[in-house]
Amino acid sequence: MAADVPLLRARDVSKLYGARVGCRDVGLDLWPGEVLGIVGESGSGKTTLLGCLSGRLVPTSGSVEFMLRDGTVVDVLQLSEPALRKLARTDWGVVHQNPRDGLRAGVTAGANVGERLMALGARHYGRIRAEALDWLDRVEIDRGRIDDWPETFSSGMQQRLQIARTLVTRPRLVFMDEPTGGLDVSVQARLLDLVRGLTADLGLSAIIVTHDLAVTRLLAHRLLVMRGGEVVESGLTDQVLDDPQHPYTQLLVSSVLQP
Amino acid sequence: MSAYNFAFLDEQTKRMIRRALLKAVAIPGHQVPFGSREMPLSYGWGTGGVQVTASVIGPDDVFKVIDQGADDTTNAVSIRQFFERTTGVRTTTRTDAATLIQTRHRIPETPLREGQILVLQVPIPEPLRWLEPREIETRKMHALEEYGVMHVRLYEDITRHGHVETAYDYPVLVNGRYLMRPSPIPKFDNPKLDRNPALLLFGAGREKRIYAVPPYTPVRSLDFEDHPFTVERWDRTCALCGAADAFMDEIVVDDKGGRMFVCSDTDHCERRRGR
Repeated sequence: MAADVPLLRARDVSKLYGARVGCRDVGLDLWPGEVLGIVGESGSGKTTLLGCLSGRLVPTSGSVEFMLRDGTVVDVLQLSEPALRKLARTDWGVVHQNPRDGLRAGVTAGANVGERLMALGARHYGRIRAEALDWLDRVEIDRGRIDDWPETFSSGMQQRLQIARTLVTRPRLVFMDEPTGGLDVSVQARLLDLVRGLTADLGLSAIIVTHDLAVTRLLAHRLLVMRGGEVVESGLTDQVLDDPQHPYTQLLVSSVLQP
Repeated sequence: MSAYNFAFLDEQTKRMIRRALLKAVAIPGHQVPFGSREMPLSYGWGTGGVQVTASVIGPDDVFKVIDQGADDTTNAVSIRQFFERTTGVRTTTRTDAATLIQTRHRIPETPLREGQILVLQVPIPEPLRWLEPREIETRKMHALEEYGVMHVRLYEDITRHGHVETAYDYPVLVNGRYLMRPSPIPKFDNPKLDRNPALLLFGAGREKRIYAVPPYTPVRSLDFEDHPFTVERWDRTCALCGAADAFMDEIVVDDKGGRMFVCSDTDHCERRRGR
């Protein structure tokens, strides 16, 4: 694995919805083990960009390259659908803002965690269950809840279950869209702590989209600030947050309420 | 009945269905769409099976109809009479004497042989239907062999009941490739699908799908390594013929809790009793 090749490289990614701009000319490099935060107000193109990077949206122009486990670099936008779906099942994971989008309702927590294992060919009930229990421990869900339905979980637990379900197959890159959205602050804090621990332990790379600057300060190594579909500022997290250069970033940072 | 064509359907429709059948045989377990016709019986009564039968039946065939194992129930009698009147072919209740058998919910106990055709009536052909409601997505899942979610269902069964609770329409993998619903046969009959010498044709009229298991095709019932597939067993024998290895129906015989267990396959039972 060459150390000078980024895990994910995007160049000039633009997504137009007719005349309207989703995102325009975005370029970024994500290095192995790095957590990249994308911040900006609602409608600034964060989620569109995330969709383009994770192959769920087709950009109008630009390129997205991803380095596979064996070190070869593939153009995500040129991949065939089977290859893209395989990548999404193995090397990638997506954590949705609303856990209900990421969880399978109507099956137990254990089956939710085991689904990706079974999709990759696990066919031993006992081992799948043991792995699910292990992951419930890791995301601090009581083992006794393994046979309960996700709908009986609190929203914080649902979000943690979604994270367990995504990470169980050890993806190398996780896309998170507002992972703490809709959670109260103490639950947020626990979740952030958990995600920080997991990314460090597993050496995960992650791209986290959020409008919450506190989340990025805790999790992200680097930041992209977006506005109107374009990246207006980027750099190390503390550099951007403590010494913002662009007027919009300055506004964003100064609008955070300090309790 | 000269007002009708041989076997009711017009020749163009039969050719269309035969083309679908050829494709289904060429890709075992794959669901082939076909232009299902309105038939003179209601959906759910075997419109798919009747159309497949009408397309393959010939003047020299000996025809048998099974409904839940029996030859003498309304559905079986009606379909048998329908083909008697529209084709004039000979009919039988004997599995070994028939060349063409249309069935609902059972595969006969008597082993099938080369040259026989078994037509199964299918209510819902898509095995992934209750797990994924979008047709466009299930077709992709079939195309890409993404069948892991089927094991999620089996996992749930084992988690809730300690064993796989699915007792009929138990999902199978055909020829190591396509996931298939074997129609609502009891899982007791699943092993009979595997490497069967007869040609097995499946017709779903309302859903407009045809699929097939050609002779001697491997068919495997899904399971977990530590929870292998098993079939039903009864700790009693048939009250009429004494068979111990057949699929049993439980029949309530009075209003005092009395009940008896008898073979579901009436032909098998009668011949064991020497009739």
